[in-house]
Amino acid sequence: MALTVDNLIEWINNFSQKVNEHKDYLSELDTPIGDGDHGNNMARGVNAVQESLTNKKPAELTDAFKQVAMALISKVGGASGPLYGTAFLEMAKKSKDTTDLGELFTAANEGVKKRGGAKVGDKTMVDVFEPLAEKLTQGLLEQSEIDEAVEGTKDLVAKKGRASYLGERSVGHLDPGAMSSGYLFSALIETEGIL
Amino acid sequence: MKKIINDAGNVVPEMVDGLVRSYPQYLRQIPDTEAVMRADEDSMAGKVGIVSGGGSGHEPAHAGFVGKGMLSGAVCGQVFTSPTPDQIYEAIKQADHGKGVFLVVKNYSGDVMNFDMAKDLAEVDDIQTKTIVVDDDIAVEDSLFTQGKRGVAGTVLMHKILGAAADQGASLDDLDQLAQAVLPNIKTIGIALHAATVPEVGKPGFELEDDEIEYGVGIHSEPGYKREKIKPSKEMAEELVAQIDKSLQLDSSKKYAVMVNGMGATPLMEQYIFSHDLLDLLKNKGITPSFMKVGNYMTSLDMAGLSLTVFEIKEDKWLDYLNYPVETIGW
Repeated sequence: MALTVDNLIEWINNFSQKVNEHKDYLSELDTPIGDGDHGNNMARGVNAVQESLTNKKPAELTDAFKQVAMALISKVGGASGPLYGTAFLEMAKKSKDTTDLGELFTAANEGVKKRGGAKVGDKTMVDVFEPLAEKLTQGLLEQSEIDEAVEGTKDLVAKKGRASYLGERSVGHLDPGAMSSGYLFSALIETEGIL
Repeated sequence: MKKIINDAGNVVPEMVDGLVRSYPQYLRQIPDTEAVMRADEDSMAGKVGIVSGGGSGHEPAHAGFVGKGMLSGAVCGQVFTSPTPDQIYEAIKQADHGKGVFLVVKNYSGDVMNFDMAKDLAEVDDIQTKTIVVDDDIAVEDSLFTQGKRGVAGTVLMHKILGAAADQGASLDDLDQLAQAVLPNIKTIGIALHAATVPEVGKPGFELEDDEIEYGVGIHSEPGYKREKIKPSKEMAEELVAQIDKSLQLDSSKKYAVMVNGMGATPLMEQYIFSHDLLDLLKNKGITPSFMKVGNYMTSLDMAGLSLTVFEIKEDKWLDYLNYPVETIGW
């Protein structure tokens, strides 16, 4: 099984569908610990990604990742735009050498950590990216692992972004960025032939 | 939610268009962006450009401070959401007149990251940039374990000072030194009577009882440090001055600039009443502000409340910069 331009597009379309389906839920998660717009911002971004991939079908994997990155960077805004944008830009760079999703996501995770300054345990998307990149590398990505990583952010104290102003009061809430990242990994599982 | 809008998803483009077309003497829009530049190109020739921006919903900030003597350009993001790097980059390109561009960013993770990416893009074009990240809000502890202090109304004073210095020919390095020197002397603290409602969300960011106020609130309805029953203006002023005093050690031998900033839904009448109490309190400490502004400068949509900014003027020329004439909508 291998990553191709076609199944990459299918994967991104699956992700886009999930974000649009759960747009209100993502914003709801963002309301108590952020500013209540994560779903709207992500939906605007993934819709721009779909438009970009439809208007101009990329020839190479690197172009595909880059198109996804640029659409997200230019449409999402907030903190999620540069973070997701950086993740896909890093995958674009890495895709010149490999099509291995474990390696691609490891590079993406490093980029996200550098851009946002977060580490595991800070209640951010890194709490999903890092353990699941590891699972991908081992070829062991399962929905149960995704759920566990996302749910795991509930008990954490936020150390980055607006949620960090709440300190202990952020405990008990899922991190919205971790949830949307979870959709990105679930979309992979649902894409036939990619894993 | 009752708002004078057409489509909650389209508030920013419609606002920017209305703003620029209402004030063509000050502003022009960069096509295909929500970035706004100074209409008077000649006023920027041979000078360092100053670009700021952030989420929308803080009007007149930031586009209202674009004009001769203040900002060269401002980039308007979605409501309470940082603008994107491609748009910030367009504003940087247009603000560059060969002397580089200085970026004024509020300390929110989104703003910091998007401006950072725009800076990377500008470097590829050999446009020199420097940045100040304003973090004047003393309601939040500065610690390694959080995002750090937020950038709020004091950012407008930074725009004013840097804009005046740039207009008088300061270099990019001069502006960098000036911004670094000024920053630790600007302190702000806010209160909210009612949270803001983001159009796309449709309900207030947090709920307060009819008789409750929140101290230390941010400009995106971030909760503050405590919630109490509402008190007379005089007692609110006492609480805010006490917080500022802890941070700046107010002293009758020093000079201060003061800004009372309305959050959007608080009438000027109440802001002047608060100012009356504030000035009495300062007078008791032997302080008469050397400079004062009262009004809506850095709002938070329809949040009710206000913020108090105190700026210790350590050098006389800082006061000259505050008094320097500008041609803007909002100052």
